[in-house]
Amino acid sequence: MAEADPRPPEFFVARRSVFPKAIDGAFRRFKWLVMAVTLAIYYATPWLRWDRGPWAPTQAVLVDIEHRRFYMFQIEIWPHEFYYVTGLLVMAGVGLFLVTSAVGRAWCGYACPQTVWIDLFVHVERLIDGDRNAQLRLAAAPWGPAKLARRALKHGIWLVIAVLTGGAWIFYFADAPTLARQLFAGTAPFAAYATVGVLTFTTYALGGLMREQVCIYMCPWPRIQTAMLDEQSLIVTYKAWRGEPRSHGLKRAAGEAAAPTGDCIDCNACVAVCPTGIDIREGPQIGCITCGLCIDACDAVMTRVGRPDKLIGYTSVADTAIARAGGTPRPALKRVLRPRTLVYLGAWSAVGVAMLFTLGTRTRLDISVAADRNPEWVRLADGSIRNAYTVKLRNMEARPRDVEVAIAGVAGAALWRETGSRAAAGTRLRLHLAADQLDERRLFVAAPAAGEEHVPLEFSVRGLDAGGGTATATSRFERPEDER
Amino acid sequence: MAEHPGPSPTRSAGSRVDVPTGTATVGHQWDGIEELDTPMPRWWLTIFYACVVFAIVYAIAYPAIPLATRATPGLLGWSSRGELAKELTAETARQAPMRRALAALPIAALAGNPALLDAATRGGRSAFKVHCVQCHGGGAAGSKGYPNLNDDDWLWGGDIATIATTLQHGIRYPGDDETRQSQMPAFGRDGILKAGQIADLVAHVRAISRQAPANGAATRGAALFAENCAVCHGPAGMGNRELGAPNLTDAIWLYGGDTASLTTTIHNARGGVMPAWAGRVDPVTIKMLAAYVHSLGGGEAAPVAAAPAAASAATASDHGRG
Repeated sequence: MAEADPRPPEFFVARRSVFPKAIDGAFRRFKWLVMAVTLAIYYATPWLRWDRGPWAPTQAVLVDIEHRRFYMFQIEIWPHEFYYVTGLLVMAGVGLFLVTSAVGRAWCGYACPQTVWIDLFVHVERLIDGDRNAQLRLAAAPWGPAKLARRALKHGIWLVIAVLTGGAWIFYFADAPTLARQLFAGTAPFAAYATVGVLTFTTYALGGLMREQVCIYMCPWPRIQTAMLDEQSLIVTYKAWRGEPRSHGLKRAAGEAAAPTGDCIDCNACVAVCPTGIDIREGPQIGCITCGLCIDACDAVMTRVGRPDKLIGYTSVADTAIARAGGTPRPALKRVLRPRTLVYLGAWSAVGVAMLFTLGTRTRLDISVAADRNPEWVRLADGSIRNAYTVKLRNMEARPRDVEVAIAGVAGAALWRETGSRAAAGTRLRLHLAADQLDERRLFVAAPAAGEEHVPLEFSVRGLDAGGGTATATSRFERPEDER
Repeated sequence: MAEHPGPSPTRSAGSRVDVPTGTATVGHQWDGIEELDTPMPRWWLTIFYACVVFAIVYAIAYPAIPLATRATPGLLGWSSRGELAKELTAETARQAPMRRALAALPIAALAGNPALLDAATRGGRSAFKVHCVQCHGGGAAGSKGYPNLNDDDWLWGGDIATIATTLQHGIRYPGDDETRQSQMPAFGRDGILKAGQIADLVAHVRAISRQAPANGAATRGAALFAENCAVCHGPAGMGNRELGAPNLTDAIWLYGGDTASLTTTIHNARGGVMPAWAGRVDPVTIKMLAAYVHSLGGGEAAPVAAAPAAASAATASDHGRG
């Protein structure tokens, strides 16, 4: 074993608290906009109403777990149509690939709930404790009534935000106005309170206390995104070839006029505003969520000192190489539109179009048939053979319907219902289906004994009202072996 | 941690401190591989001791230590049997309103109450699995000598009230005074008919059931039939439900419609027995069983003779069908 430092190595690095400085600029304003839109969508969606008639809920977006229905505006999804949800997940995945390969970790920087809620919590913190310097002073100050009061107020407001976050989530799963009344009256289901409690805890802990550690240590997505990026992807880059060698302040720059200096004046503004506390000038790194705030910070400084802006900016690795060699980088649009992103866009669109097509053409009437196995057949007094079937009819329309069930494929076969009589049997049966319900019933089919032992028997259902629609299911008609 | 007893080397034997981790080794060495004496993490120990405490508390509170005949009962008095009893009590309480309604409703009026009929049919399905499958089979399809309850041929009648009566009193059941009673004579064994005459009768029965063409033997059999059989089975062999005499012209045979089976039947006679269920299961369960058997596909409507269903309900249980 080689001679080594006798001290055991450090396996744990304590968190370095981050006090991001407030900044204004194009990216900050864009983040405000994204935050306003995403939070508005999150909080307002469950309260939107949508008229589906008297037989279905009026909530525009509702995940009705109790009745196993998912409503999204005009679309209603039954459990067996879960592949639409799978399709949405595939679109979300491919969409993220598309965005990441084009403009880097834009999801992390602007739209991820973790980012949005950290942003919200950080702004609350600034409102109470002041900006970065005031926060640093407060953190270093000894505990006293003033500090205690500020801390209590901050965590109190955070907890209120956390409760509201968890509170909004549950409205997606039940009628929002009803649940809200129940929630305050104390009569809501236990699951509702438990969900609010868990989400309050996670929001407070992840958004208020853990913050960037979630992105850097917990989240798998940065690791996956690293594989999504290539040298063409736009990422937030410190243009070292322009900035280096740094001069340490303007005066030093003037004093060192003889020596060549870069544009970076080492003011540390980019570090001060960073919500994850990294130094972008060290190059691309996993801690960078590409929120663009360092671009705003650096642009402000560059404008003030009269140097060209975008010393930090969105650039691809390929363009960095071109620029270093003194060439002209390709336009950003050409970087974004390249075979890889177009393939992702194609796949994303294909899944979306396929889903829209099937949604538009799907039948809201379905049938499935299971033949009785014990006994497979019954001989009737007149010598004919009867089979029994459990028929499930799905009326997925939000209105009651009259339908006709018909059989085909067995000569001389007649169909009647469990509560009906064989005297009135025929090849067609008219049934009334309740709105948005699965109708399960036993049907009997009788046919002459002479014939093949196993014969395919096709059941079909047809909507009798204006909505129409048909569906078929194939089962078998069984006869005794010796009747050939 | 602890000193290892026995021949295995202890820490003192060749123990040293491992530099990268700062942990002592226990002194073992296998092909140069050493074992670190890493202390248990505090969180692990805490959970371990908590588990020990939990186990002690559990053993006191719940049945835990097996004794000769049973385990220690535990302070809380919990048992899985008690849990089951509680669940069964809750289920009985849940079913109570339905059973009360079913007890009050005359069986013939059940068809007019779809919700109750559905509940009764479900209850009958599970009761059938307990009491009836031994003879009639899981699918109620029966076997030789045990009727198929799915078909539309009934010996004693197939409306729901008649089925309930049959269930209640049984068939040829010695322990019940009102049991369905009838007995076919053993024509051969008792010497009423000779073997040749029985063969002629078989030919006739196979002819009227359209299993074989009418020949000379069948014609001779027709005369014998009118003389010996028509009293119960009717002149045309259509049977008589008052007497449980089967219809001999249809396609359904309880003991077989082939020549050998029919010969045995006429020679020895048949007389299957079903127990009376009145004393074995409660009246509500009998109604449930009747509803289930009636739902299997061969159930018949109540006799039309009684005009309003409700009025006939009281007497319907005594009706047979001719």
